[in-house]
Amino acid sequence: MKSKTGVLLGRLMRNIMRSPDTIITVAITPIMMMLLFVYVFGGAIETGTDNYVNYLLPGILLMAIASGVAYTSLRLFTDVKSGLMARFITMPIKRSSVLWAHVLTSLVSNALTVVVVILVALLMGFRSSADILDWLVVAGILGMFTLALTWLAVIPGLTASSMEGATAYSYPLVFLPFISSAFVPTETMPKIVRAFAENQPVTSIVNAIRALLYEGSVGNDIWIALAWCVGIMVIAYFFASKAFKRQLG
Amino acid sequence: MSNAAISVKGLKKSFKDKEVLKGVDFEVQRGEIYALLGSNGAGKTTIVNILSTLMKPDGGEVRICGFDAQRQPEHVRQSISLTGQFAAIDGMLTGRENLMMIAKLRGVSNPAQVADNLLAKFSLTDAANRRTDQYSGGMKRRIDIAMSLIGTPAVIFLDEPTTGLDPEARIEVWDTVKELAGGGTTILLTTQYLEEAEQLADRIAILHGGKIITTGTLTELKEMFPPTKVEYIEKQPTLEEIFLAIIGKKEEM
Repeated sequence: MKSKTGVLLGRLMRNIMRSPDTIITVAITPIMMMLLFVYVFGGAIETGTDNYVNYLLPGILLMAIASGVAYTSLRLFTDVKSGLMARFITMPIKRSSVLWAHVLTSLVSNALTVVVVILVALLMGFRSSADILDWLVVAGILGMFTLALTWLAVIPGLTASSMEGATAYSYPLVFLPFISSAFVPTETMPKIVRAFAENQPVTSIVNAIRALLYEGSVGNDIWIALAWCVGIMVIAYFFASKAFKRQLG
Repeated sequence: MSNAAISVKGLKKSFKDKEVLKGVDFEVQRGEIYALLGSNGAGKTTIVNILSTLMKPDGGEVRICGFDAQRQPEHVRQSISLTGQFAAIDGMLTGRENLMMIAKLRGVSNPAQVADNLLAKFSLTDAANRRTDQYSGGMKRRIDIAMSLIGTPAVIFLDEPTTGLDPEARIEVWDTVKELAGGGTTILLTTQYLEEAEQLADRIAILHGGKIITTGTLTELKEMFPPTKVEYIEKQPTLEEIFLAIIGKKEEM
């Protein structure tokens, strides 16, 4: 059955590689954000570090992933509407492999985007003291974050009645990093905003990644970050499975 | 157990308050082309969805090649292939890639060979390496039907195979279906065009008001209903006949 998921994964990856606009939109937006914040706003932002690219990168990566998973909704929506989904699930293959192919595609394509964004950041002066183990943990956190948001993306992908509806949910996700520690320290924010910023998933994930990349430690935030990812993933998976079952009648 | 490829008894299905199927019964013999004829909204697609395990009925029994659609859906899926109302193809892939994908999913040996044979059979060899979103409506339908043949399923569902096609493409698809008929595959076809049922089906069932109101071969249906009248009328060519004559694709009736 694994090979069937592989066939479906291959199909979706081929789709992505043949629509360069997908890759460009997903990678370009966070890169533009990074350029904007570093070269336009950066000079005026007081973060207490001399390397603002370093400060910014973790939040930018989360932003890239949040906009990338919207395409999972879009691809699922297209499959349902075109009848390909019906074709696949009436074939003698495991039905879950149809869904997993989409989820794995999201992991692979988002990993590619993250690599591209990191390469651009390197050109802009990003430097890290992290060793290979730290990097692996960072990859793990980003992977978990991608999985959590992808399962969330599956729900509108299966249930939306229009293309706009399928992708609209991702807008708040893309903007979540703005009200977090991703761009500026939370200390300067008004009380209520600060309370929100410090208790939403992006801040803990950003702080955990910063600790790994620049302090060589896992920091205190990693468990909160992981709890957020696992929590979102479990709940989203539950509702996504329900939506998929309904899809099957 | 009967020799029926498809056996449907007392099939019921409602959507919210609307009772779409009110006890549908029919049997399709192996190798037969059976047309479900009905107007829009008669419940043809609902029947196909239930028979292809996409949807659960509220009541009744469905057997495909002897397997119960509700209790043994995996076995049913081994025996069927669904060609839905819209060509279910991946537009970003070429014709050959679409066929190869299904061949690999069905686990047939030598997928490349299977794909090439089907491309030749459906006169799509020249378009094999073009993306299917550039295909014409008729070509899309043909590759769609070709995908459904992979793995030689015993029963094929064709849900309104020519809806939305131009007359030329419709004849292309009819020729394809006629060819399949010779191969011993059982085909359940839904259509809202009388002419399509007449052209393709061995037996025709008329679905109306949630039930099959009559079944038979075309000859039987003709005998049952309005008596033959002899009338002399001047036969004017229809616009469709003119169109087809001009483009030189007129099919002999």
